[in-house]
Amino acid sequence: MSKLAEALGRGEFVVTGEVSPPLGTDVTAMLASVATLGPSCHALNVTDNQGATLHMASLAAARLVLDAGHEPIFQQTCRDRNRLALQSDLLAAWAIGLENLLVVTGDDPRGGDHPEAKGVFDLDSTQLLEVVSGMNEGRDMIGRELTGKTGFFAGAAAFPEAEPYEAQIVRAKRKVAAGARFVQTQAVFDMDKLARASRDLRAEGASVIAGILLLKSPRVVDFINNKLAGLMVPTHIEQRVRKATDPVSEAIELAREQVAACREVCDGVHIMPLGLDSAVAEILR
Amino acid sequence: MIITRPRDWSRIKANLAEIGARSVFLVGCGQCATVAHTGGEQELLEAKARFESEGIAVAGWAVGEVACHLGGTRLTTRKHHGELDEADAIVVLACGAGVQTVADSTSKPVFPGLDSVFLGNVIRHGVFEERCQMCGDCVLDLTAGICPVTTCPKGLLNGPCGGMWEGKCEVLTDRDCTHVRIQRRLAEQGRRQTDVLPPKDYSKKLKPGAINLRDGRTTRSGGEGR
Ligand code: SF4
Ligand code: SF4
Repeated sequence: MSKLAEALGRGEFVVTGEVSPPLGTDVTAMLASVATLGPSCHALNVTDNQGATLHMASLAAARLVLDAGHEPIFQQTCRDRNRLALQSDLLAAWAIGLENLLVVTGDDPRGGDHPEAKGVFDLDSTQLLEVVSGMNEGRDMIGRELTGKTGFFAGAAAFPEAEPYEAQIVRAKRKVAAGARFVQTQAVFDMDKLARASRDLRAEGASVIAGILLLKSPRVVDFINNKLAGLMVPTHIEQRVRKATDPVSEAIELAREQVAACREVCDGVHIMPLGLDSAVAEILR
Repeated sequence: MIITRPRDWSRIKANLAEIGARSVFLVGCGQCATVAHTGGEQELLEAKARFESEGIAVAGWAVGEVACHLGGTRLTTRKHHGELDEADAIVVLACGAGVQTVADSTSKPVFPGLDSVFLGNVIRHGVFEERCQMCGDCVLDLTAGICPVTTCPKGLLNGPCGGMWEGKCEVLTDRDCTHVRIQRRLAEQGRRQTDVLPPKDYSKKLKPGAINLRDGRTTRSGGEGR
């Protein structure tokens, strides 16, 4: 059984990390990242063509994480595959030992490295979660019986700071109703907003894992504010990063404070180190 | 209406050069392409002047009532058969449906003079926006008359996605998120939101669509034997 699911079941405060598969076939750097982050984390998300840019398939990369002795969270976006491909990848994932799954809509190809690509979005993430729930019960999307069912511990993404809150939370609750047992949030900066979303989603029965982003330099802040959809660094935090004499240690300190605050309101943290993998152990100490 | 836009001129010229065409006949459309200002009388006269200035003779031109209407377009080509006989090729300033109708009405080579882009609403004179992709399985009854298939850039039936911020769309940041608009309008009208819209049935929109009111069939694959 998924160790992530077990830990959350025990009421343990969980930590998840994130690795990005390579653009190419050389997995050395990815495995080095896995070796650094793995010991601090219950599980590692393996992203799926993140930011609509080409990378090795999450399916294979997640298996490599497993082979390296750590537990992956296989990410699946709705952008690149139709319902046939999504379902067959789900069957493949379970057959090769991937137990944790994070279902996301996916960024639009227009913002990625292949802007000429057709965004598929045959299913959206709520619909895909319903498909996963069906497969966990032994049937495919059209109700046919599977020879061998899946048993995914499925999760979804949530966005506690995006307004209007009502519009977001209604959708997130529907994802939980569709089968998401845990929710990983977009990076959070406002703990009151996290607490509000966490309360609402826990009430629906999901564990809430809060996103923590390492703001290691003013450049990262600029990137988030200008390039990343659905996220803004609030001014008071931006000022802290800009004024710091040693931005890296300031980022670590900020993340430590955020993790401590998260312990009060949710079930775990999802750390996005943005290259500062070696700092993760320190943040959690 | 069908929205068209002018096609890359060098491509049209290359099409003509490839078959060695020295003279053309121009066909426009009295409906959509006239309203879109891409294939009405004025645009045909402009195209005529442009061809002539570049050394290609224009044997004649015609703006029929509706280029995609087979009967009407056959009448047009018959009426102009003398000029058509003189031309080496026909360039059609109408949508792709119009181009094919003309191509079915003559034995001359026919080339598109426009690109067809979408089924558009006329927001005001000269301003067109896509609101419907003719999916064959309309969900507007559940979405307060706002189409998520078309106006959400990702075509999500359930949203908003994670990129929504302050009610704005992740992809088209100057526009409101479709799903926020849907939720808002349903609430304003005191209507309940559907929990989860089911996956779309794309078999409702298998191409090519065909409807024949004469034999009672509504849709099927395969056109009129072409
Ligand atoms: S759901 Fe949208 S695309 Fe489909 S028929 Fe209705 S308006 Fe057109
Ligand atoms: S922000 Fe809203 S309209 Fe834009 S892609 Fe996401 S769900 Fe669609």
